Parts: sequence; C-alpha cells; structure tokens
Amino acid sequence: MTVQPAMPKCWRPESKPHKFCPGCGHGLVLKALGEAIDELGIQDRVVFGCDIGCSLLAWDFFNVDSIQTHHGRTTPVMVGIKRANPDLICIAYMGDGGGYAIGSQHLVNSASRNEKITVLLALNTVYAMTGGQMAPTTMPDQKAETSPYGRDPEESGYPTQGPEMVAAIAREGSYVARGTTVNMRQLKSYIKKALENQMEGNGFSFVEALAGCPTNWRTNAEKTWNFLQKDMPKYFKVGELKDPGANEKEGQ
Amino acid sequence: MAEVTKIMMAGEGGQGVQSVAQILAEAADNEGREALYIPNFGVEQRGGVSIAFLQISDERIGAPKFDIADIIVALSDRAIYRTKQYVGEKTVFVYDAGIEIPEEDLPKGAAKVLAIPALEIAKNELHPRVFNVMIMGAVIAATKVVTDKAAKDAIEKKLGYKFEQNPKLRDLNYKAIDKGMELV
Amino acid sequence: MSEKLITEEKRVFMTGNEVVAWAAVAAGAEIMYGYPITPQNEIMHYWTRLAPKYDRKFLQTEDELSAGFTTIGGVMAGRKSFTATAGPGNTLMQEPLSMAEAMRLPVVTVVQQRGGPSTATVIYSQQEVTLTTFGGNGEGMRVVYSTATHQELFDYTIKSFNVAWKYRFPTFVLGDGYQAKMRESLTLYDPEQKGVDFVPAERFVGKPGTPGVDREPGHYRNTYNVEEELYDVLQEHFADYKKMAEEVVEYDAFDTEDADVVVVSHGVVSRGAKEAVERMRKEGKKVGYFRPITLRPMPEKQLKEVADKAKKLLVVESAQGQFAKLIKDVIYGSTTEIVPLFKPGVGITTEEITAKTKEIL
Repeated sequence: MTVQPAMPKCWRPESKPHKFCPGCGHGLVLKALGEAIDELGIQDRVVFGCDIGCSLLAWDFFNVDSIQTHHGRTTPVMVGIKRANPDLICIAYMGDGGGYAIGSQHLVNSASRNEKITVLLALNTVYAMTGGQMAPTTMPDQKAETSPYGRDPEESGYPTQGPEMVAAIAREGSYVARGTTVNMRQLKSYIKKALENQMEGNGFSFVEALAGCPTNWRTNAEKTWNFLQKDMPKYFKVGELKDPGANEKEGQ
Repeated sequence: MAEVTKIMMAGEGGQGVQSVAQILAEAADNEGREALYIPNFGVEQRGGVSIAFLQISDERIGAPKFDIADIIVALSDRAIYRTKQYVGEKTVFVYDAGIEIPEEDLPKGAAKVLAIPALEIAKNELHPRVFNVMIMGAVIAATKVVTDKAAKDAIEKKLGYKFEQNPKLRDLNYKAIDKGMELV
Repeated sequence: MSEKLITEEKRVFMTGNEVVAWAAVAAGAEIMYGYPITPQNEIMHYWTRLAPKYDRKFLQTEDELSAGFTTIGGVMAGRKSFTATAGPGNTLMQEPLSMAEAMRLPVVTVVQQRGGPSTATVIYSQQEVTLTTFGGNGEGMRVVYSTATHQELFDYTIKSFNVAWKYRFPTFVLGDGYQAKMRESLTLYDPEQKGVDFVPAERFVGKPGTPGVDREPGHYRNTYNVEEELYDVLQEHFADYKKMAEEVVEYDAFDTEDADVVVVSHGVVSRGAKEAVERMRKEGKKVGYFRPITLRPMPEKQLKEVADKAKKLLVVESAQGQFAKLIKDVIYGSTTEIVPLFKPGVGITTEEITAKTKEIL
C-alpha cells in the first residue's frame, strides 16, 4: 500500500486528480501555493485568478473563489478586485506567455503602480496549451514548434528575464523572487512571503517558478529534471530580488 | 414651432470665440431659455480656425450643428473663408473691419455683410483683451437672444473672482459689451 | 463625505461628459476604471473631482484592455463599476467585454463615438454601432442605449447600472463626440427621490465564509471543454436575453400611422430627424418618426409594424449603414423601400434630413 502525500487543505478534492499532464510543473507550483494559503490561514479571503494557457486548468483547483480570465488579462482583473475590495488577497496565476508576452503591459504597469496583489508565474519556456510554440523565455538553441531549428537569439532575442524586469521597476515595498519546483521548500517560502507582503499592504509581489513541461519538451523524467535543474538556471537565476522584510532586518 | 436663433462665431485660436459663445449660452440658460453650444474641436483646435455653433430658442433644440446661420461673426481672414459656406439669404455676416480681404472674397447672397471696427476700438479705447467681449455685445445687439443684463450677469458668474481682485476689470468688460452693441 | 450629490431637482447647463460623471455618482457607481481617449476624457476628469467627496474611487489603467478587465474585477468584487471609452479604445475594450458577455458580468460602459475606422477623427460619428452592439467574438448579448439629449445621458446612465445588475448583461450608454462636448440644459435629480429603486450589487467573490467549509467556492470561467457544454450555456443566455428584451426595449415614435415616409434614426441624429418631421407635418406632409432607444435589443415588433405601414423608410445615420443593417435584420420580409442618408463620421442637420425626405416623398 502506498501512502499518498496529504493534499493542502485548500485544494478542492472534487477536482482531483487534476487535469495537468503527468510530470507537469503546475501541480507542484499549486501545491506550494496551497500550502502557503493553508499556513497563512487565508482560504476565506483569497481570490485566485488564472490565465489562459495551461494555467486555466486550475480554475476549479482550489476551494477558494476563482476566476478564469483571458490570456494575459488575469493581472488587471485581480487589480480591479483588489482596488474595489482591499480586504481580499488577490493572486494572479499565469504562464510565461501570459505574463511576459501578451500581458506584459499589465505586469509592468501593475508593478510600477505598486498594486497590492500577488502575481505567481509558472515558467516552462514554451506555449504549452497551444502545442509548444516558442515563448519569450525559450532558451537559445531550444527547439520549439515555431523555432524548429532552435531559438536563434539573433533572430528572436534572448529569454525574457521576468523577475529582473519587475525588480527594476517595482517600488519600495515590493517583493520579487524566482523559485523553482526543484526546491519546493524554498518555493513555498517565497510564495508565502509574497502573500504576506500583500497582506501587510506593502506593495506588489511577484514570484516566478521554474516549472517542467515534459509533454512539450518531449523529455522523460530524468531529462525533464536535468533541464529544470541544470539548463534553466543558466538564464534564470533562482533567488530573491526584492524583499521588504530583508531591508527591515538590515535596518535593525 | 419656436424660432431658433443660429449663431456662428469663428476666429483664430486665442481670440476667445469659444468663451464668448459659452458665456452667451449660459446667459440664455440663466434667463430660462434653451441654449445649445458646441465647439468644433479636434486636431483643428491646435492651429486652425476655431468655430463655435450656438443655438438659442424657447424650446428644445434639434441637431447640434446647422447648415445656415442667422448670424456669423468672423474674426480673421481664414475664418471668413471657412464660414462662407454657412451663409444663406437671411444671414447677417459680421467681420472685423481690420481684416484685409478682397471685396470679391466676401460672402455673396447674405442679407447683410457688416464690417465692424471692433479690434480697433478695443485697442484704442478699451483693451485688446476685451475684443471678444465687444464681439459678444455686437451679437447681442444683432440677435437680441439675450439682454445685455443677462450677458453681464453671465460674465460676472464666470469672471467674478477676477473682478473681486480688480474691480476695474468689471467696468472694462461691461463697457466692452456696451461698445459692441453700439457697433451693429 | 459621502453625502448625497444631488438633494433636490435642479436645472443645470453642462457638457455631456460632465453629465455622465454626475449621473454615475447619482446612480451609486462606486469605482471607475479608465484610460484617456478623446472625446470621453472629461468623464474621468469630472469623476476624479467628484469621487473623493462622495467616497468613490478611480483607477487610471495602462490601456483599455486593462480598463475593461479591471472594471470586470470591480464588478466581481461586488461594486458598481464602470468605464468609458471611444474609437480605437472601444476596439480594445471588446476583449474584456466579450468576457463580461460570456460570464454575465454587469459591466457598464459609456462610449462616446468618434470617427472611424482607426484613429480617424476625435470629433464625432455613429460608427461604433456595430462594435458596441455586436463587438467581440460573441452574439451581442448586451444592452445598448443610444442617447440623444443630455437629459437622456443622465437618465440612461443611471438606468444602465440597474439594468446591468438586474439582468447581468454588459450594458452600454452609446453617446458620441457631439453629446460629449456640447452644452445644453437638463434637470439633475436624486434617482431614489424619483422612486427609482437601486438594484443592489452582489459579490461574485469574497462572500462571507470559507469556501469548501461554509459555502461552495465561486468558480467562474469562460472556457468550456466540449462543444455541447458551450452550446447549452449559450442557450440559457439566449433565453434570458429574449425574456429580458421585452422588458428593456425602448423606442420613440410619432406620426407613423399614416406616414408615407418614416424617418428612422438614433442617437444625436434623431434630434434633427424629430425637428424635421415635426416641421414637415406642419406643412401637411405625410411623414413619421421612429427612433430605437435600445439598439440592443432592438424594438423589433414596433419597427416591423411601422415598416409594414410606410411606403418608404428613410434611414439616417452618421455611418455607412451600420444602423441600417440592424434595421434590415429586424424588418426582414417587409418590401418597404429603404432609402439611405448616410454621412459617416459627419453630423447631419435638420435641413439635410428635411431636404432628403421631401425628395423621396
């Protein structure tokens, strides 16, 4: 008999097993998020918004109020809710296409206005739902459906550095970090800090999470793990870029 | 059906035709009449001829713009060329006497074409700044759409705070209306 | 703070954009999300001046996509929310509005039409009729009021919030650059004193209790897995829309009974049409006047009756037949001739309508 690891309390059992592919990183990111919500005891006031792309499959993932929006548009929907009812904890969940391409103006401007919401972005270097096209984050030489010979940076640029971009424009009080599904304990701590930052009303909070997509990468478990653990961090450095809490501690 | 008086004022940006039209509209409204004022706006307002469409009546007013005006006041040569198309056989066409324009370019077929030395009088006897207020006086005299009292009250409402600081300004404006009325 | 804006009826003289801002405050709108575009800007200007005095909020977004989606957020948080736009902004706004249509969200949008296509002019048109009634990848499940006077701008802006929250379809006040910028008189009033019952806003998210423990979570989506699922959802919406249509349809008409020519127009153009028809009637001409106030849903039955009686319909609009298309759809089967007077992006005067009507009588 195998023992199933416990589900986070705020997960919705009726919608499990979830709809993501085997080995998909979304389940892990949402596990970290679920545990963070549980630990903070905010299930009753979280609003979870998900984008189009694979993230939309999370629309009934949690026992929290949830809204599935359009591609790239979850950030403004969450901003609208937060502005109208600041007591709610608003989480915008999206992939790298939604956050860095079609919705980049919303991400940039929300960060710049220091909107008191949390954006959680799963980065898997491809447009997964639509069949594995090149994303803003596709690595140099990485093959994708619209870069079949590998991404040529001369032709289509280098991978977008999301948290670095957000950190560059975000104001004091914002929290910005990049975690990875390879290190779940760290990822959860980042997400938790991001949510706490929103709860304290400090400012914009942003966590990018490196996540695997074996389906579109066409990788087995080992290769998926290698890409996540060894290749992706070459461009996507894991760590905290902005942390109001740390500044406070330094000041003390 | 109630008579509608259709007034068009046109000039260069800064000549104040829009503020005069607005004050006239508000004066009519204050007297309980119906007024509709619409500026032509758009890219033109930056460097083009500024036109104000104003209609005053005792009943609700129809379309905001019109084909033929009862009175047109044009304050620059470009304004004359631009407003000619709104002239009908009953139109009174007023322009400033200081505008140099070939006789044949003035509108044909108007009921009356009047050159008034508003700018000159404003400059010499009053102050160039109240040129547009003189024009308002001229329009009032020509159309009787509002009384001079109503116009003065509307000016008071709009510029009262300035008059408080400098009572001479009030006299200047009121004089400008009276002078303007004498011109037509 | 937050006393009533209007305590007694009063006659005022202002621009249409100012009227909209006052109406939104009077209607109990709690938050406006907006992005600058001419000719609707002054709605935001007046709203931001009034808002803090009456405990209302404003957010200036990064674009119209965001203005639309944040408005959706405001509505889902349970606040009466609205936005205003025009032209290319209205084009962008169709994406969030199609989501509002799909999810039955009571978003109120004020459109001040400007010239099109593209940037065109900032001045005026009736060229956003198709976009506002049937924009987005949807089925036109919207309520669209086309106003003609400042009094109507006030009345229908107030009404829009109630209709939106009662029936849960996105609701529009379709004005134009002329109405936005012109000044005329109207009477402001407190809707509640006039006996208007405010339909309360309700929260979609953030209701009391813990989801999954005290209550079911609110799970809202616009994506469906299979064709049949979408089809079934849409059938419900269509049925609701049809039922609502009978209750919200509005129009204005006179002298159509014995008219040879009925002048059909909407919005600000109908002011000239009305004047023209009234004048020609005085001259003994057999002309009539018909004006849908709701362009969605259209007053189908009434328009069909008028079309069946008249010899000709003169359809007048400041667009190249966008409004006429709505009419043709409704009177399909009638053999009455439709004569167009189309002036896309340009105002139409009483004189022009009179001349054209006389020409075809």
